Amino acid sequence: MNFIKNVDVVVVGGGITGTAILRELSKYSLKCILVEKEPDLALGTTKANSAIIHSGFDAPFGSQKALTNVRGNRLYHELQGQLGLDIKWLGSLVVAVNDEEMETLKDLLVRGIKNGVKNLEILDKEATLAKEPNLKKDIKGALWAPSAGVCWPFDIALSFARCAVQNGAEVLTNCTVNKILTEGDKVLGVDTSMGSIKAKYVINAAGLSADKIAATAGDNSFTIHPRKGEYILFDKTASEFLVKGIVFPTPTKTSKGILICTTVHGNTFIGPNAHDQEDKDNKATTSMGMEEIIASSRNLIENVPLGAAITEFSGLRAVSNTGDFIIQEGTVKGLIHAAGIQSPGLSAAPAIAEEVVELIRTLETGLLLKRNFKAIVAKRKVFSELKIDEQSKLCSENTLYGRIVCRCETVTEGEIVDAIHETCGAKTLDGVKRRTRAGMGRCQGGFCGPKVTQILARELGIPVTEVLKEGSASKMFFAKKEAGEETK
Amino acid sequence: MQELEYDIVIIGGGPAGLSAAYSAYENGARSILIIERDFELGGILQQCIHNGFGLHHFKEELTGPGYAQRCIELIANKPEIVTMVDTMVLDISTEKKIIAVSPKEGLMKITGKTIILTMGCRERTRGAIRIPGERPAGIFTAGAAQRMVNMVGYLPGQKIVILGSGDIGLIMARRMSLEGCKVQAVLEICPFSNGLTRNIVQCLQDYEIPLLLAHTITEIHGKDRLTGITVSKVDENMRPIAGTEFDIECDTLLLSVGLIPENELSRGLHLKMHPLTNGPIVNQRRTTSLPGIYAAGNVVHVHDLVDFVSDEAEIAGKFAALEVQGKVCDALRRTEVKTGEGIRTCVPQILDIPAEGEAVRLFMRVGAPERKVKLEILSDGQVILNKLLPVAKPSEMIAVDISAEKTKLMGCELTVRLSRGV
Amino acid sequence: MTMEKLTMNCITCPVGCEMTVTVEDGVVINVEGNSCPRGKKYAEVEVVAPKRMLTSTVAITGGLLPLLPVVSQEPLPKNKILACAQELRKVSVEAPIAAGQVICGNILGLGVNIIAARAIDKE
Repeated sequence: MNFIKNVDVVVVGGGITGTAILRELSKYSLKCILVEKEPDLALGTTKANSAIIHSGFDAPFGSQKALTNVRGNRLYHELQGQLGLDIKWLGSLVVAVNDEEMETLKDLLVRGIKNGVKNLEILDKEATLAKEPNLKKDIKGALWAPSAGVCWPFDIALSFARCAVQNGAEVLTNCTVNKILTEGDKVLGVDTSMGSIKAKYVINAAGLSADKIAATAGDNSFTIHPRKGEYILFDKTASEFLVKGIVFPTPTKTSKGILICTTVHGNTFIGPNAHDQEDKDNKATTSMGMEEIIASSRNLIENVPLGAAITEFSGLRAVSNTGDFIIQEGTVKGLIHAAGIQSPGLSAAPAIAEEVVELIRTLETGLLLKRNFKAIVAKRKVFSELKIDEQSKLCSENTLYGRIVCRCETVTEGEIVDAIHETCGAKTLDGVKRRTRAGMGRCQGGFCGPKVTQILARELGIPVTEVLKEGSASKMFFAKKEAGEETK
Repeated sequence: MQELEYDIVIIGGGPAGLSAAYSAYENGARSILIIERDFELGGILQQCIHNGFGLHHFKEELTGPGYAQRCIELIANKPEIVTMVDTMVLDISTEKKIIAVSPKEGLMKITGKTIILTMGCRERTRGAIRIPGERPAGIFTAGAAQRMVNMVGYLPGQKIVILGSGDIGLIMARRMSLEGCKVQAVLEICPFSNGLTRNIVQCLQDYEIPLLLAHTITEIHGKDRLTGITVSKVDENMRPIAGTEFDIECDTLLLSVGLIPENELSRGLHLKMHPLTNGPIVNQRRTTSLPGIYAAGNVVHVHDLVDFVSDEAEIAGKFAALEVQGKVCDALRRTEVKTGEGIRTCVPQILDIPAEGEAVRLFMRVGAPERKVKLEILSDGQVILNKLLPVAKPSEMIAVDISAEKTKLMGCELTVRLSRGV
Repeated sequence: MTMEKLTMNCITCPVGCEMTVTVEDGVVINVEGNSCPRGKKYAEVEVVAPKRMLTSTVAITGGLLPLLPVVSQEPLPKNKILACAQELRKVSVEAPIAAGQVICGNILGLGVNIIAARAIDKE
């Protein structure tokens, strides 16, 4: 068999789980590669979720979810500085609207304490309204969890990947795993759209496809089914009419409920709902779903400013049939699953990574930590966050920082060019959007879209007609027609 | 970092900004700066290559670039009018201190004795109207597509559906047909069209493009690239009627679903804003709620005719110029302009009239299409002016002049309303 | 003798007057609803041989922009508009171009020039 690469570990899947694992692996003297089927990292569930680092009272005591959530929450405090992550530790409220729900809050408090969550507190109505004055006046109280935060998941996954790459790991995008190769009762590697990769260990962090990937090695120990969650995102000017932090309703048996929550950049959103579906590719938002989210948010806030909605999107949770995370060896030696990572997957990712690597350490004796692990990832220059004299200095160093391309979010051409050329850089319009926020503002790329497209074409050395929005078949523009070339 | 000062700083070098600068100069101002974010002056007109501009203002039918050229010529070769292109204003403080940045000059601190806001408007997006479905490539606002087609040189797609029968959508229906694309339909959620009648004729009827009134898009299909849309009829509340769905195959969707004033800087200044126009509240001199800060053009309320934009901007330019020369008297009597039956918006919302009176032009829009109605203007309950309107449409702004003489007798409140059954 | 009444909107100016046009044997004998004489003239032409202005773009090399907006100096026969637009796709000019400069003279032999709608300087 011809192998294009020979490594120690292949991580399948470039979402928050896969990238966290890759970073953890890159601390050790292991040759690692991450393969991602899409043109960019984190285009699955990591791209479309509530962006919350939960405190950890939700999951049942003793579950993988609970353990990794609480540990992950603590790890993010360290990682924030090292990787320059945007995280705001705003704390979360679970709001009760009747006495029965107040009882549920007490259960959550008890569970949270057992799970190891610090500083949980039940607040009465006045204290709750003091924190969130726009809540309806007939609420009863809330569970306050100060250790919860909001973050930017795509940027975290990207920072994990960039940290791994600066420590010798490799990342391959546009690389689909067709099957896991086995030899006898152990893994041999993976067969991908780019060729076969030989590996001692295969980490299955393939999100929605994790069961499909496992099955290619004859491992049918779990199934994953998608559960859709839809969101409505509001303009920053609407935030003062909504919430300042993270507001949950009291949870039901199936779902944490439909939140009203801020983002780390100052927007607010409502969502997600929770509906199971068969199709792992269907990410369409639905009118019923949006009505459901709006109605639910009106249980907590009187006037939801729908006129200020700027976009709607949905994400698919990868729900395992066991109901918990699946972090364990597969039925084939060397295959390790990190699957079924739905909420609190984002919060738990650094801890999940530790557990996966711990599994490898028990199997691979004599594994050494690198002495020169570069933990620090330089924070990206964000023009709009700099003081005026820093902005001025930046412009004099490089005139491209003097041209504002995205007016709504104040993003400069310099930052867009940086985002294209950085490690694991942007290759698509949405890739630029996710790295720089260009196109995330109220005009949703109406003004900057054509400009960013032209910058991508210039920087990548490709024609404008080849620039993609996101997926590999998402070309945006076409050459003008020759005479006689009409579309019927 | 450069620190500059001008008597009048104009934010935006499109037709409003250019007309304001010209008028300011004609009225004696000699220290004027125009800041423009695009690489050249002319604003949105440069991409509006169709004709229909200038019949009132220049007494000639011009293309958009032609109108822009006329405005640019009026301010050219005057060293007292400085222009900065490729320059973005980042912030304006209530003390009229502007922070602007350009690749050429870096960051600049610019103070204006007066400021005229002429930033124009932007397009409403898919997100604002919440169309359900996938989020593939191939969905553009009509204006963004217009820029690509007319100035950068690329087509947004081949089989096109246009949502919204406003003028931008209609113009693009024709433009795409001329470029060899197939425009499948124009969809409009209202039971009436929102563009100029002339555009229905010369953009849709001429090209046999169906106009589906009282229809909307209920789902968007396509993963990476648009493959089609599901369309439904809507009822009188603009809600989709179950059972009326049908699909239209297309790879491109152009959205022409409304324009909103570019109000970032206006909101940043905490100017009093009008909830229906989404622009700052102004008086007849186009002064906003902050003295010394004026606003004119699409940034105040979205216009249909650029000729009216120039008229409005010339007023702002004139009074900014008079203000910096100390030629404006303080003794003004305030009248609030209220909208009554049938009138949705009216600009200016405030009149500050001097003792000798001041001719005023009111720009208004009706809320729904009307036929054979009488427009009435009442001062403290008494009709001071009326005008017969054989036809009135929300998409066609109505201009009404009130003579200086009449303004002398106005009370505290002016009401603009329609009287039906004439 | 065939007489018919047509309803049409004048497109000469943005008002778009709705007119009732009486046509007898293919000739306009009465026009009502127009607010100015241009409406009558429009109706007379529209019934017999409708005309339209053409605005489009042509490729331009060496200029500040890759496209030059162009406009017909006079209206063209409506049924030739698409053919003229197609013809313009073959045209490429070089900067600098002056506003009003003839870009395509006597397009398709119809006796109308296509001229530059703006000036474009050299890059």
